[in-house]
Amino acid sequence: MKNKSLVSINDFTREEHIRILELAGAFEKRPKQRILEDYVVATLFFEPSTRTRLSFESAATRLGARVIGFTDSSSSSVTKGETLRDTILTVSNYCDIIVMRHPKEGSARFASEVAKVPVINAGDGANQHPTQTLLDLYSIRKTQGSLDNLNVAFVGDLKYGRTVHSLVQALCNYNTTFHLVSPLELKLPSAVKMSIKERNLDYTQSTDLNEVIEKVDILYMTRIQKERFSDPLDYEKVKNAYVLRNSMLDNAKPNLKILHPLPRVNEITTDVDDNPKAYYFTQALNGVFVRQALLASILGVVE
Amino acid sequence: MEKEILRKELKVSAIENGTVIDHIPSGSVFQVIKMLNLAEYQNQLLIATNLDSQKMVKKGIIKVSNKFFKSDEINKIALFAPTATLIIIRNFEVVEKKKVEVPDLAENIVKCFNPNCITNNEDITTRFTVIDKKDLKLRCHYCEKITARKNIAFI
Repeated sequence: MKNKSLVSINDFTREEHIRILELAGAFEKRPKQRILEDYVVATLFFEPSTRTRLSFESAATRLGARVIGFTDSSSSSVTKGETLRDTILTVSNYCDIIVMRHPKEGSARFASEVAKVPVINAGDGANQHPTQTLLDLYSIRKTQGSLDNLNVAFVGDLKYGRTVHSLVQALCNYNTTFHLVSPLELKLPSAVKMSIKERNLDYTQSTDLNEVIEKVDILYMTRIQKERFSDPLDYEKVKNAYVLRNSMLDNAKPNLKILHPLPRVNEITTDVDDNPKAYYFTQALNGVFVRQALLASILGVVE
Repeated sequence: MEKEILRKELKVSAIENGTVIDHIPSGSVFQVIKMLNLAEYQNQLLIATNLDSQKMVKKGIIKVSNKFFKSDEINKIALFAPTATLIIIRNFEVVEKKKVEVPDLAENIVKCFNPNCITNNEDITTRFTVIDKKDLKLRCHYCEKITARKNIAFI
């Protein structure tokens, strides 16, 4: 994976995904290794994303790398009208790898073609956020022992969530049975459902969260945003139907784990947090190990 | 048969040298003219549409004098008029006849339908993979969104 950019989850093969997850496991055991002391990591956040940026910077710093960059475009020359191309060409003189978040879809692919150094996409508009997908895969594999043959429910906003789209596509490599739970207005787009159908995988689609809880190994919750509804009354009708409460988990499988890309608002009540099935905060921690694995392997320090 | 050809020739007279784009779906004739920039063309240009055709319900035909299309122009024609035939004429004689083929990749031909795509915000050559040649669906190399036939706009 040396010098290979990661823009889209499909840029890496299934074998490469697994290799990253294995490496991440090694970093979880020994998170502080100064193996990137000679390297400079640039984090270019053209739009703010504190969580993702801190996770990357923590990963880089724990490996001894120096981190340079900016946290939103108002503090860069973008405000002076510089093109993305020029910014990337310039910054790639200063660093060994670029991590970037940008509001426009396709920006990361373009940057990877312009840059002299590899690029890791930390989110390009509504398109891709592959490191989130990899940390989701890591969390699933770690809690279930394997990625194969699992029952996975996706709940909430399946239409606009890029996290959901990428993870569904990635899980199609592992004979997953999908349970898609959403209001009718926020169903999984047909283009994404195509990838499930193309592999002839089983899936169910419903509007009722209670129906699926007992069946699944992973419950992937997402936030339903009010602004997604053209009629506010439609939002009022569904807003409480996709809230997970601790009492709903009584008959769940013992191995069930609850995931959420965060930030959470009210779709998981706080009484779930103490349930051992709640995994969303550990999931965020896993992001650091996965990003350590990516930085180290793309920079060619580990294989 | 001969009579029919004769009548057709009368409708759109022959050219001495150049290219005939035949079997254009009637509804696409003016799109083809627009995307090939033929409205600006300074040589003889003969256009006919809604002609009876044996192969199609109605067809259009464009005869362009002294013009031999390059492959990127042929790709453009193929995207909008996949049924088209190109006939190369030299000295009033047909020297080559070929059907256009919808390309696998469309580079620098169409715009991405997604307003939030980086190609619509910076000066970048667009690139698409043609994922459905029949219904014409193009996947943007950059934003990965799909542009369908009804949303296609040319550069």
